[in-house]
Amino acid sequence: MNARNAILVGALGILIVLTFFAPPYFMHLLIQILLWGFIYTAWSMMGRFGFVSLGHGAFMGVGAYVPVLLWNYYGITPWLGIPLGVALAALLGLVIGYPCFRLRVVGHYFALVTLALSQVVLLSIVAARDITGGSLGLSQRAVGFSWYALQFPDKRYFYAISLVLWIGGLAVWRSIDRGIGRQVLDAIAEDEEAAAAVGIDVMREKLRVTVISAALTALGGAIYGQYLMYLNPETVSGIAVSLQIVFAAIVGGMYAMLGPTVGALLTIALNEGLRVAFATNFIGAANTIYGILLMLCIIFMPRGIVGLLEPMKFRRAQPKPQEKLAA
Amino acid sequence: MDIYLLEAIVNGILLGGVLALLALGLNLIFGVIDVVWIAYADIVMCGMYLVYWLYTGFGWPLPLACAATIVALAVFGAIVHLLIIEPILGSAPINQLLATGGLLFFLQSFATLLFGTDFMNIGVRLPIIELDGIYISFARLLAFALALVGAVALYFFLRRTFMGTAIRAIAQDRDIISLMGVDQRRIYIVTSMIGGALAGLAACLLVLQYDVHPFIGNTFGPLIFMICVLGGLGNMIGGFVAAFVISQIISIGGYYSNTELSYVLAFTFFIVLMFVRPRGILAR
Repeated sequence: MNARNAILVGALGILIVLTFFAPPYFMHLLIQILLWGFIYTAWSMMGRFGFVSLGHGAFMGVGAYVPVLLWNYYGITPWLGIPLGVALAALLGLVIGYPCFRLRVVGHYFALVTLALSQVVLLSIVAARDITGGSLGLSQRAVGFSWYALQFPDKRYFYAISLVLWIGGLAVWRSIDRGIGRQVLDAIAEDEEAAAAVGIDVMREKLRVTVISAALTALGGAIYGQYLMYLNPETVSGIAVSLQIVFAAIVGGMYAMLGPTVGALLTIALNEGLRVAFATNFIGAANTIYGILLMLCIIFMPRGIVGLLEPMKFRRAQPKPQEKLAA
Repeated sequence: MDIYLLEAIVNGILLGGVLALLALGLNLIFGVIDVVWIAYADIVMCGMYLVYWLYTGFGWPLPLACAATIVALAVFGAIVHLLIIEPILGSAPINQLLATGGLLFFLQSFATLLFGTDFMNIGVRLPIIELDGIYISFARLLAFALALVGAVALYFFLRRTFMGTAIRAIAQDRDIISLMGVDQRRIYIVTSMIGGALAGLAACLLVLQYDVHPFIGNTFGPLIFMICVLGGLGNMIGGFVAAFVISQIISIGGYYSNTELSYVLAFTFFIVLMFVRPRGILAR
């Protein structure tokens, strides 16, 4: 590490330490940005290679509900519940991914199959209302400060956790980006037959990235649930969440490591800004503007905001966005 | 047979008619332009509000309000195509799906902004018909009949007119069509308008049966995509069959368990069938 990097890391460290003294409201926003940023990053791991999944609401829902249900009904610690939820989500990714990739369900069809998956999870949660509370939502059994139950009334603990999680997410992104897998997946995204012809195990690579993406999304959902201490099927699963994930990732830019985080930052800042500006006079104003922005983004800059900045920083040959998004 | 089960089956058939109508317009757009309007059900929602306001707010007679809505949504369909789809027609299909997803956000929240989240009912009470102890809602029967009429009309339009032939041709091979002297852009606009008009028709029929609220599109949207895909792209008859299969699953499933589980069943059925018959139910 050279001197410049050391100063950069040091400055960043001080900044992070300072944020621990932020007022609770900002702390809350930061936690949201980090957690959603993490989830959007997880989605982009698939999205950037052309598998546009509308089913991440399903993975997030499974990840969020499993630990809370286990804790509420059996007193099983989230330290066990979360890995279980994540494993289940990964399994779900495998079960839906394998036949999709085997039968070459791509593009529209992949999006619609995964959309159905997120509906299945959403409606199952609602249908099992005796256990899950249905659309009314589910509150965690609160025990105050507890490492065992992963409940901290003090926001700083969750801030630290989400920070670690987010950095971990970026590390996974980087390892995919730097590894041989990235070239392999790019090759698959461009031409699957050709990739198979040069000896790439197409199926294995696709499944690997799908499972990683599903598992991380579930993990994000689990921590989000632990933080909010209240789950609602509409806010952690289903189409609305799936679309929210896809759009924020796209607006931010799904081809760059920090793109999805920028998407989270932007959408949350926009939402909060409009909420403060309009108070509750105009319910829906924020999403109206959000919807318009999305359309403009997809039409005029499919590589997202970070994608626009990128060519200035790295003069690397980038594939054209249209080819890259092709599914 | 159990009379309630019979009633569930009959109601399923009637629901199938509405779903088939909803899927028809989407199917046309999907098949011809190769675009998924993921906001289709929300366009229907806008139509429902329009009928509601013209009828209760401005006191227009219901048939006039319906006719105006159908025309308005046809125009809206053209606008959607020109503003959202056309600029990105050349890019990957998934981009177009996502752009209309932005439209979905926009329409839902704009409706919330304008009308609030209250459930609104048009207040037209159509009679309920009793037939051998089975209760059938007249509104559903009407919807079913009009869905059939709409489908048959569309069928003849596609089979018997030059424009219809051109539309079918473009669905088969979009590269060669411009060589045949057909203006592709015009066809796309006309198709979008028909799709919009069908959404308008569906809106008129739905507003008689359901309360309007900004998120009603979420109830139907996913179902009609499934139906389109299950039926096979651009396959109108397949779409009809799929609509009835799905509505029977929902209706009979709802009879044996509860509504949500029957939907879960329907979506699971869709996922499994995508793997078993990826080209649609009727594909050979």
